Amino acid sequence: MSTLEIKNLNVSIGDRPILKDFTLTIPKGEVHAIMGPNGTGKSTLAKALAGHPDYTVTSGEVLLDGKNILETEADERSRAGLFMAFQYPSEIPGVTIANFIRAALQSRLAEGEELDATAYYKKLYQKMDLLKIDRKFTSRAVNEGFSGGEKKRCEILQMAMLEPSYAVLDETDSGLDIDALRIVADGVNSLRGAKLGVLLITHYQRLLNYIVPDVVHVMYDGRIVKSGPKELALELESKGYDWVKDLVPA
Amino acid sequence: MSTSASPMSTNGTGLAAAFEKHQAAQTGAPAWWQELKKKAFATYGELPMPTRKTETWRFASISGLSLEGYDFGASATGTVHTELADRARLVAQRAGRIVFADNKLVTHERVSDELAAQGVIFAPLAEAIVKHGDILQEYFMAQDPQLGSEKFAALHTAFVSSGVLLYVPKNVEVTLPFVARYWSATQGGAVLPHTLVITGENAKVTMVDAFDSADRSSRGLALGFNHIFAGRGSRIDYYVLQNWSDQTLGFQINSLTAERDATINALAVNIGCAHYRCETQSIMKGEGSHAEMLSLSIADRDQEIDQRTLQIHQAGHATSNLLFKNALADEARTIFSGLIRVAPDAQKTDAYQTNRNLLLSGEAEAHSLPGLEIEANDVKCSHGATTSQIDEAELFYMLARGINKAVARELFVFGFFEEVVSKIENEELASRVRELILQKFREEEARHA
Repeated sequence: MSTLEIKNLNVSIGDRPILKDFTLTIPKGEVHAIMGPNGTGKSTLAKALAGHPDYTVTSGEVLLDGKNILETEADERSRAGLFMAFQYPSEIPGVTIANFIRAALQSRLAEGEELDATAYYKKLYQKMDLLKIDRKFTSRAVNEGFSGGEKKRCEILQMAMLEPSYAVLDETDSGLDIDALRIVADGVNSLRGAKLGVLLITHYQRLLNYIVPDVVHVMYDGRIVKSGPKELALELESKGYDWVKDLVPA
Repeated sequence: MSTSASPMSTNGTGLAAAFEKHQAAQTGAPAWWQELKKKAFATYGELPMPTRKTETWRFASISGLSLEGYDFGASATGTVHTELADRARLVAQRAGRIVFADNKLVTHERVSDELAAQGVIFAPLAEAIVKHGDILQEYFMAQDPQLGSEKFAALHTAFVSSGVLLYVPKNVEVTLPFVARYWSATQGGAVLPHTLVITGENAKVTMVDAFDSADRSSRGLALGFNHIFAGRGSRIDYYVLQNWSDQTLGFQINSLTAERDATINALAVNIGCAHYRCETQSIMKGEGSHAEMLSLSIADRDQEIDQRTLQIHQAGHATSNLLFKNALADEARTIFSGLIRVAPDAQKTDAYQTNRNLLLSGEAEAHSLPGLEIEANDVKCSHGATTSQIDEAELFYMLARGINKAVARELFVFGFFEEVVSKIENEELASRVRELILQKFREEEARHA
């Protein structure tokens, strides 16, 4: 039951079907990568899982440790243990990173319970050091004026602080130079373990050199068309995506 | 209680009798003071009430301005006043504190001997007109309101009895803030706060005015004025925390005057009132002077917050910056009308005016009328106004972190105001302002829950 199980998920934007009977199971403790060409529905999958209101689930199930989360709001899903690292994280003017993460952690506590501020900051600084984020960042507004690398590190910082059971990283490598990519990858790797299942969504293989997946899935036209070991990523890198079209069931 | 909306009826026999009574109570006051009041009362009668067509009252709900039926002599019992004298001290570290309840002095924490020896005056108005008549005669209501409240200024002068004079002489710097706290404690009562701050050359001081009603739902009239005069090279930080009851008709007329190289930082927080008219005029009188005018308002239900501003640049090389932020919920209305006026000789003026509105409901209404009137040719002036709603992408980002909608909304509003709140250097005061915002916000949330 310690799985994130996506069963025959169909998702539309407006009238347009994007995900078509998408099925995938991510066991806790594993890192799965989804690769695929642009426009194949990778980001739709991430947003639908997170509960974005613009994406309509027409049928299917998403079971988080056996519980269907599709009927719940985005905030409930997050509190249930699902995390999404955004491809394009929003800027929140006037809200500092420290206050933002604090509010997110506070929302996980029972009514009337207060977050221990000392323990919170201790943990925050520890995770920031790990991600090589300057401590001055805590007083900066969330993502405001951040570089691409800073935004992505901030996403991983939130992930480290919120300790989800399952994390969906949507194109976390986009906008990162090689140094920034390495830092972000190190951060993700440090969080890997038996308590976390990861779904990495990426267009390029280079991320997978640093975060080595247990399983690689190839996505095309709203569904998974091939799955295999990490070497599959290299095959995609050398052959491109054209050949995957032939794998689509008629 | 009469609900007649006849504009002149307020100056009828009822108010005349109240004024007579008020004057009779001023027996200890100097003759010039009594004369000033008499003249002001006459002026009040002569000046017309604003109408729908008055330019300076454009968009305002004139019908809500009736001064009918407020008691200018209202006063709660001494027990109530004693209790209020002690309630919520605002800041623990302060240089002096004066508390009024229903226009009556209930507490006066005097300045330290050290400051007194340096010539710092912190006195209630009644004491100031006797002991410091020279200062009062020069500075009391010395700047005429230019934004439409002439009639209300006259009424204020006629009836004012509560107020504070803060005078800081040349080269004296006071680190801790001075506090004036004004309470309205009587149903239907009128309160008239007055704050006068004057600094000598190179002096420095912080003054905080706080307005509250003992009963959050009591009806009342508040007619407040302040005059801030910053002498050459001096600095005045001035705060107004307006938290009158929900049923108060409030006026707050601010006048700032900065001499050469002086800086005035004025910050207003507007929480209460059914209808609140707030006028702020700043005069950059000397070269190199600077005025910072910041304001944050939260309006909900059918509250109306009507703000008029005027930045007058009389001398060159002076700067002014205005930032008014309003968050509106329910069917609230705000009006912002601002003008930067630059005199022909005021070259190298640098003046900014910004109004930002955050609409938290589809029914709220924010009017914005920014303006420039520039007669000099070598200046940098800009004005801008924006009205926005909570960004859906930002909201989703917060939800995706487990933060529920109510808390997300709260974070947005705090984030929106942070640009202003972060300018408050006194940490205790900044916390108090955040509390005020939170309290108002939680009340609003509770109503919708």
